[in-house]
Amino acid sequence: MHFTINGTLYQVEVDNRVSLLDLLREHLALTGSKKGCDHGQCGACTILINGRRINSCLSLAVMHQDDDITTIEGLGSPEDLHPLQAAFVSHDGYQCGYCTPGQICSAVGMLDELKKGWPSHVSPSLRDVDLNDDEISERMSGNICRCSAYPNIVDAIRDVAAAQA
Amino acid sequence: MKSFVYEKATSPQDAVRFVGNGAKFIAGGTNLLDLMKLQIETPETLVDISRLNLDRIEDTDAGGLLIGALVPNSDLAADARVRERYEVLSRALLAGASGQLRNKATTGGNLLQRTRCYYFYDTAMACNKRVPGSGCSAIGGYTRILAVLGTSAACIATHPGDMPVAMRALDATIVTLKADGDRRRISIHDFYRLPGDTPHIETGLEPGELITHVELPPPPPGRQLYRKVRDRASYAFALVSVAGVVSVENGIIASACLAFGGLGPMPWRDTSVEALLLGHAPSDALFAQAADALLASAKGQGANDFKIPLTKRTLIASLRELTA
Repeated sequence: MHFTINGTLYQVEVDNRVSLLDLLREHLALTGSKKGCDHGQCGACTILINGRRINSCLSLAVMHQDDDITTIEGLGSPEDLHPLQAAFVSHDGYQCGYCTPGQICSAVGMLDELKKGWPSHVSPSLRDVDLNDDEISERMSGNICRCSAYPNIVDAIRDVAAAQA
Repeated sequence: MKSFVYEKATSPQDAVRFVGNGAKFIAGGTNLLDLMKLQIETPETLVDISRLNLDRIEDTDAGGLLIGALVPNSDLAADARVRERYEVLSRALLAGASGQLRNKATTGGNLLQRTRCYYFYDTAMACNKRVPGSGCSAIGGYTRILAVLGTSAACIATHPGDMPVAMRALDATIVTLKADGDRRRISIHDFYRLPGDTPHIETGLEPGELITHVELPPPPPGRQLYRKVRDRASYAFALVSVAGVVSVENGIIASACLAFGGLGPMPWRDTSVEALLLGHAPSDALFAQAADALLASAKGQGANDFKIPLTKRTLIASLRELTA
């Protein structure tokens, strides 16, 4: 099997049962993506496939050959942070940090969905979508933070969304 | 997870040729893999249909939409035609799951989503749906999320979906390809099965039959709404939900399509409830009468008794909004 992850081509042999998350963490030592519930409920494993956010725990690696996979390691580096990484730092958008890679990957995908004009459950109209705090909370509801850093996470995402707008 | 043989289908015809005992199709996988990790599902073969050419939404000659089975929930909810003409469907999709799951979960898979009954998920418990003939630990157990309509002595599980509820209100048709190569069109009203004494059989699909499309007729006239009541504001299954399309002409209800989630083992629709509304001026008394008709045979199990008055209030509120 070969996979393009963060722009690098990897060639690996994997069992059919290996999830995309276990491929990243256990086979390729890309441990930024975290395993929380392993059942698609917590969002800690969120990564981007062809630019779309998904739960990597609920996906088989064998089904993603040739897909363009981006993990937290591919978004930025300690010397060159992605704007969302920088915003999470400046707004203190975490306590323990375990959910943070998933939160940031999810926010990257979410802002892209917003750019495409996708509505959400809380959008008053399905036609025009404005980003406000209710929209951020609704759109990020697939990412749980047990430390409950939600107010600062919303602040970080709002800042980046405003800068992109 | 039990080991399995992995096959990648290159066409729908290729996919159905893998029929056999213990073969399952996998597309988004968000429900199936969850269940495989718990060994509730233990397919011997997984047929990967995720790369098939079934991911488009096309206009039909009749003025409706033909939705490929692999269209992700996100894309269906965001499609301009769905947003414009089938708001109830967009709203139902957006009320379900999370952004990540909607990006992966497909239209066909969503129709086949399994129950979230606690006892189905707990392999230490008896469950006729999981292990036919083993009994039902839910009956007499904790039932908060379980069904009040359409139950049997063998099973009180609820269908968990939102999208299929909207599709029942919209009279969708499910298009399939059978193992013998024949195509079949099944009305969504005939698609799901009541549990009876075989709750492990949830639909009329034959072994190896593949959902290829869902066809929507032109939208019924009137306002559309999807109202979902749940234990938290986002990312939770419905306790009760209402998908409604209602038109009012000259102060009189001219048409009504109503379907319900969270109440029964399938997305629920009862046309006698709609018939009660037709030809009458909207009023709370009329709406209450419709709700009483819907719930006439409802049976609570204790912890879910609250669903009966909750459904009545939710339906009245929905009908007020639809006829305002």
